[in-house]
Parts: sequence; C-alpha cells; structure tokens
Amino acid sequence: MLEIKDIHVYYGAIHAIKGITITVNDGELVSLVGANGAGKTTILHTISGLLHASRGEILLDGKNLQKVPANTIINLGLAHVPEGRHVFSRMTVEENLRMGAYIINDAKCISDSLERVYHHFPRLKERARQLGGTLSGGEQQMLATGRALMTNPKILLMDEPSMGLSPILVNEIFTIIDQLHNSGITILLVEQNAKKALAVADRAYVLETGKISMHGSAKELAEDDRVRKAYLGA
Amino acid sequence: MIKNRTAQGYLLNTVVIAVLLIGFAFFKGALGGGGEFKLIIVPSIWQCCYLIILAASLNLSLGFLGQLSLGHCGFMAVGAYAAALLSLAAERAGVFEDKSGTAFLLVLAGCIIAAGILAAIVGLLVGIPALRLKGDYLAIITLGFGMIIVNIINNLPFAGQEGLALGSASASLYKNGLGFGTALKVTYIWVAIAVTLVCLVMMFMFVRSKYGRAIRAIRDDEIAASASGINTSYYKTFTFAYSAFFAGVAGALYACANATLSTSSFAFANGGILNSTFVVVMVVLGGMGSLTGSIVAAVIMFLVNYQIKNGVWVQHLPAWLQNIFSFPMLVYAVILIIVIMFRPKGIFGSYELSLRNFFSDIKLQRQNRLAQKLESKEALRNG
Repeated sequence: MLEIKDIHVYYGAIHAIKGITITVNDGELVSLVGANGAGKTTILHTISGLLHASRGEILLDGKNLQKVPANTIINLGLAHVPEGRHVFSRMTVEENLRMGAYIINDAKCISDSLERVYHHFPRLKERARQLGGTLSGGEQQMLATGRALMTNPKILLMDEPSMGLSPILVNEIFTIIDQLHNSGITILLVEQNAKKALAVADRAYVLETGKISMHGSAKELAEDDRVRKAYLGA
Repeated sequence: MIKNRTAQGYLLNTVVIAVLLIGFAFFKGALGGGGEFKLIIVPSIWQCCYLIILAASLNLSLGFLGQLSLGHCGFMAVGAYAAALLSLAAERAGVFEDKSGTAFLLVLAGCIIAAGILAAIVGLLVGIPALRLKGDYLAIITLGFGMIIVNIINNLPFAGQEGLALGSASASLYKNGLGFGTALKVTYIWVAIAVTLVCLVMMFMFVRSKYGRAIRAIRDDEIAASASGINTSYYKTFTFAYSAFFAGVAGALYACANATLSTSSFAFANGGILNSTFVVVMVVLGGMGSLTGSIVAAVIMFLVNYQIKNGVWVQHLPAWLQNIFSFPMLVYAVILIIVIMFRPKGIFGSYELSLRNFFSDIKLQRQNRLAQKLESKEALRNG
C-alpha cells in the first residue's frame, strides 16, 4: 500500500534522513521505533507532505505523493494524527470530528463516520458537547485519532500517541490501536515506547540517526539482544 | 408551533427587529423629527452604524481567524474615498441632480457596493503576501499598510491632503456628493440601518457556515487544520478580504455621514474615534469571537467617546479630570485595562447573544457557576 523508496530529507544543511526504505502492506500495523532525534517524525511529515524529500520517492497505491500539497493528500486516503495531538481547543468534540470530515460533502457519509468513531471511542460520545481544550490528555489523543478516522482513510499515520500520557492511559491507547488494527485499518505507528510499539505491531523498523539499523517481524525484534539492550532496557 | 429551532430563532429575531424599528418610527414622530432628534440622535445612529460594521468586520479576522490586523481603518479609508469619488463623478456626469429619487438611490447603492468591493480587492492584495506571516509580524505589516494607504490617498491628485472638502476634487462632498446634511441624515436613516443589518446578517451567515468552522479550526491549530484537508492560506486570505469588504462598506457609510473627508481621520495615531487601534479595542472589549459582543462594544465605545466630549456632566467635574478627558485615548486605555483585569475575555467572551436561548443560557451559566463553587469548596475541604 505505502512504499517509501530511498528518501533523503534535509533541514537546511542537516542531513536528517539518509536513504530510508519502508513498505507497509495492506492491513498491516508497522511500527517505527527509535530514540529521540532519529528522524521518526521527519519521515511522517515527509509522507504527509509537510516536508519534502530531496531524493527518493513515496508511493501510495502506486501514486507518487511527492508533488501533492499537504492539504490534498487526505483525499488520497492517507490520514495523519500529528504528534502532540493538536485538537481544536475552542471547538466542541463533535465540531472537531466534523472538521476531520471537512473534505466530505455527503451528510449521510459524515454521520456514518461519526457513528463509527463513537463506536471506537465511546468516551468521545459522552463528551460530544465539551470543548476540545477541556479534555484530558488521553481523551485528546482519542479525539485526534477519531478525527483522522472521519474520512475513512486507507492508511493512518500515528505520531507518538503515548506522548505525555500516564501509564494507565498508555495501555488504554494501545488497546485502541490494536482494536483499530483488528478492524482492518492499515497503520504506520511512530513510537518511542518501543516495548508497547513492538507488542502491537506486525512488523517493525528500528531507526538510528536517519538510517534503518534493523527491520523484521515485531516478535523477532522484541527478542533481539541488541534491541533489548538499547530500547527495552533489559 | 414551529418545530425547527433555527426557524424559531430567525422568526424571533425578525419580530424583535421589526418591533424595534416600529418603536423607533413612533419615537421619531413623538419628537417631531427636529431639534435634538435631528442634531444629536440621528447623527449618533449613523456613527454607531458604521462603528458596528467596522468592529464586527475586524472580529472576523481577529476573533474568528485569529490574525491581528492593525490596519483595518486603511480598508475603511479605501471604501470611504471610493464611495465619495464615485458619487462626485456621478453628479458631474449628471446622473442625479439633488439627493432624491431613484437615480440617487441607485448611485448610493452602487457607491456602497463599489466601496466594499474595492476594499476587498485591496484586502486581497495585502493579504496574499502578508498572511504568510504570523502574530507580531503580521501586526507590523498591517500597521505599515494602514499608514501607506493614508499616504497614497494623500498623494492622489484627485483626493489630496486637504480632503474632499475644500476643492482638490473641485467639488464639495456635502454639496455635490453623497455627504448628507442633518436633514438628509434623518431622511436616509433607513439606509444606514438597512446596510448595517444586511452586513451583520452576511457576517453571521459566514461565521455559522462551513467556512466559519474552517477558520475557527485554523485559529485553534493550523497544522491540524491542514491535516484535515483545509487549504489554510486560501481561507486566511479569503477571510481577510471578506472582512476588508465590510470595512469598505463602513467607509462608505462614513462618507455619507460626513460633509468632509480627510485622510487624517483614518490615520493610525489620531485621537479620534476612528483609528485602527481603537477598533481593536472595541473587538477585545466585546469579546474576540463574538459578533454580538462587537456590536455591544461598538455602541458602548461610541457612548463613552460622545459623553466625554459632549456630556453635560463633564463640566461639573474638577478641572484636572476635565483635562484628562481632553485626551480621550487615555480614557480608552483605562477602560481597556479595567476590562482586561475583570473580564479578560471581553464582555461576551466567545458567547453569542441569542434571543432564543437567552434564558436557558443564563440558567446554564448559573448552574455552571454553582458547580464551580461547590468544586472549589470540596477542594478546600480535601486540602
């Protein structure tokens, strides 16, 4: 579904991504783990058009994403849950979700999506009339994810969903990610919490300073000695 | 009766406005349409009308889009001069003789619309490059733009520094253009009220539409808005031009209400009621993101301005206080500080006054306040 072929990304003179190749197949949950500054977020931003790769190409179902502006990529079925949640703080939960379906004009389709999101996140339904900014961190993460699901995307990019959440909420969020995956959504997950990320993923890539140092099935990686030492604290 | 709550709201608002207008007509009849009514009340209504449009239009870009523009009066100046010059040209071409009849009304309507459109075009030209910047930088650019506009108008051969009164356009706005004297202001008061109502309806519709939701999303979080598929720069520029349109219309009303037109009334640092900072104060006072708040704030600020300049009670105050009042900007600043101290979000915050929901909203607020009190008590008890 998503193919990233040997991309290079620069921030000015800094060579942040040095030739990375990643594939995500239909219905898969692929995790991208790595330390701070390894370039995980940069890759997601490049995929969703907020940054541009100087070399290499990114294909979604065979269509090149490099020339597509950020605000129209969502039309191709790719939704991005940005890092740090970014909910619309002075709009209600329902308005936030409706903003997610901004590109859809069909009212029936929107109300169906709303039902589906409320099904995944019953908590959001309870708080439909509350302002986005008054939600707790975990609820905001649910809202940001729900908003991305409103367009019924083919693939979901999630950036650090566990950031700034208490351990209980981290567990809850990962349960939800697992649920979404089981309901057939393709997910590319970027996560610092390698233990959790490897537990839910089918396959995973380990990123180190702009390069992929290891990849394979999530199970294999979780048992690999080098990964355990570097990321799992064992 | 009517089930649809939106329709209920529209009906209620229409009825209330109609009642107010009829009441106003009786009031006018009772006062005989002369004396104080003619000299004070009617000009005040004119001034309130264009201030309301101006404040509400700035609220679109400041309150709903979240972009601080300090050059809003520049757009108003564009509108005022466009309307004035157009009316003078029409008079010279012999379209209308005296200020009555259908021909004059058509010219008047044309002037108001043309003023809005020209201001919107200028807004677009300024907005396309300026809105790439954010926050302080945008404020600086728009501040500079306000000054540039005044300078350009000053140097136009047919407008001129002396304004349109003394004859750089070789004609007086009052005599030949659309400047209304006191008697005509009474006759054409319905024009001001109708234009204000239409503008407000257009702004309310905009804010409640999909466009309005999109610009509020941009205000809250630009990245997330872009990720939801909103073309942020398109919406920002569009809103900027849309708000400039209404500033231009307000300018046209200003040109109608004044016998003279000079750029110094729109300049950034003048002490009068019309400068861009003053409009920002009105929007902040009323509440950013509340159109009804802007309406209330515009009227309040007008009354304050009027009272400290003309109020009878001012003469009974001690001399030092009267001296302060001769610098109105000082008084506005104090008012702004007081409002920010006690109601940091402005009088209305982002709440829209609605006749339909008025009582239920008050009830809700009281409940919320009670709940908050209980919560804080509980927190105290739990230490």
